[in-house]
Amino acid sequence: MGVTIQIPTPLRRFTGDQAEVAVSGATVDEALADLTRQFPALRRHLYTDDGALRSFVNIFLNDEDVRHLQGGQTPLTAGDALLIIPSIAGGAPFTLSPPALSPAEIRHYSRHLIMPEVGTTGQLKLKAAKVLTIGAGGLGSPLGLYLAAAGVGTLGLVDFDVVDESNLHRQVLFGRSSVGRPKIQAATERLRDVNPHIDIVPHEMRLDSSNALELFKDYDIIVDGTDNFPTRYLVNDACVLLGKPNVYGSIFRFEGQVSIFWGARGPCYRCLFPEPPPPGLVPSCAEGGVLGVLPGIIGSLQANEVIKLIVGAGDPLIGRLVLFDALKMRFRELKLRKDPRCPICSEHPTQTGLIDYEQFCGIGPQEEDTVEGFDISVDELKQRLDTGRPLTLLDVRNPQEFEIARIDGALLIPLHELRDRLGELDPAATIVVHCHHGPRSTQAVHFLRQMGFSRAVNLAGGINAWSLEIDPAVPQY
Amino acid sequence: MSRLVISPRHLQTIGRHAMASYPDECCGVLIGRALDDSTVVERLLSVGNERQDSRHNRYLISPETVLAAQKEARALGLDIVGYYHSHPDHPARPSDFDREHAWPWVSYLIVSLEGRRVVDTRSWRLNDDRASFDEEVIDQAALGILHKEAV
Repeated sequence: MGVTIQIPTPLRRFTGDQAEVAVSGATVDEALADLTRQFPALRRHLYTDDGALRSFVNIFLNDEDVRHLQGGQTPLTAGDALLIIPSIAGGAPFTLSPPALSPAEIRHYSRHLIMPEVGTTGQLKLKAAKVLTIGAGGLGSPLGLYLAAAGVGTLGLVDFDVVDESNLHRQVLFGRSSVGRPKIQAATERLRDVNPHIDIVPHEMRLDSSNALELFKDYDIIVDGTDNFPTRYLVNDACVLLGKPNVYGSIFRFEGQVSIFWGARGPCYRCLFPEPPPPGLVPSCAEGGVLGVLPGIIGSLQANEVIKLIVGAGDPLIGRLVLFDALKMRFRELKLRKDPRCPICSEHPTQTGLIDYEQFCGIGPQEEDTVEGFDISVDELKQRLDTGRPLTLLDVRNPQEFEIARIDGALLIPLHELRDRLGELDPAATIVVHCHHGPRSTQAVHFLRQMGFSRAVNLAGGINAWSLEIDPAVPQY
Repeated sequence: MSRLVISPRHLQTIGRHAMASYPDECCGVLIGRALDDSTVVERLLSVGNERQDSRHNRYLISPETVLAAQKEARALGLDIVGYYHSHPDHPARPSDFDREHAWPWVSYLIVSLEGRRVVDTRSWRLNDDRASFDEEVIDQAALGILHKEAV
């Protein structure tokens, strides 16, 4: 009985490139048997070693799957055309613990699971997600609580601070029993109690340019709950460089802002604010105060955006900045555009790595008792002594000279003894060194700085200048 | 070693499909033409995973879908040259299950995800003896773009 079998392209190598083979047989099975008789190399692709048709090989008779007819026994008539069509199957090896929700998790998340926008699929996405929140403070409190409660599978926290009583009016992660404890410890304990099904990862550290990229790379989404500009720019830039979304929130007094900055899909923080405000212009919460409930509102909005990003529901707050005014009870929305000249997220960035954000924001190293230059004048010394700023006044003259004239409070270590008596000096202290006119003290300062007394300075003009300009009661000699 | 020529754009689309489907496997059909030393992908057909169970580590494209894809390809003067699927949280290497269910000649492109991140993309062809897969070359420049996009 003349029947044709159409050969799919992958198998034509085994039929001498024929797209159609004429076979004979009264049933589908017989026709296939004739096909593999003609072309034996086809056999192993169509049949298992046991002689059964492979499960993914489907035979269609005139566009109908023979499984829906009589299978291999389906009778054929002359002129029938058979098609060999694969179903394509495969997949990763079985895992020991396929991602699934346990009965306890199903109970915990049931009010999520019954909504089609989340459902089991969305909940599994939450479970698979890795979110890092920067700061366990005002914004970090609602963020941590809601993201943990919602079942974000890996929740990282970064903070280095200690719970203070003044935190309690807004940082609802903590209670009185936490005062004085490291925030990261208290927060981790609280969040583990909120949801034991997730992994809370504490990072007790100060975020800076040296550790941000390494820390962020293992997370899918970064949430900015910081309260200062250097960290805000650092978080933005690190997210842009890694292509990760930065769910941003900030608060001040009665007003808050929320957005998602995602350089790969829209504007970043720098497109909005290329440069930080001058230091001191925008006070921190510690300086300006904040309504206690405000971070609860803004942090919850951030948590909402994080969850939407993960489950893929709704419209994410990319390219939009939401402004909230608690006194007027008004939300406003600004459209944000990507800045084509943005130094970091544009097509031709001028900045391709992290920078010194303290310096960028005009905040120098802590302005303590810095000593600049090599010399200080007698006037400066007088001022320092009068204002009670701690310093060591070191006299390197000989004991005889010390007998004649001295400045009150000075420590006498003659120059030739200095090497052996370094132990009497504190390397961290400001040391003002003087002699009669200056040459010996200059030598001493060079030596001291070499030995690591970086804050040793020379009193210009020596005790002679002191006597002339400051204290005539000190004899000149 | 055979070669799979596929545009960065198509690789991006496959990466996005894989990420969006996570933690399930995604799958689709590669349509194009087979040349002497390489296979050129000209169109993609993203299809739904037709498995009802174990979707995190199994995918299925039904024969009806394959038939439809084949008709679409033929209409364009092209052919089905391969299939892609994702391995969520598994390497981009074919499993035994993949091998048992594979056709010879066509390319099997596998995208490996760690969480919702694409970490590897490789292409394979079944040996004639069905005992193993041979890896194919994919354009490296194209891959670089995919991974940059997918980070």
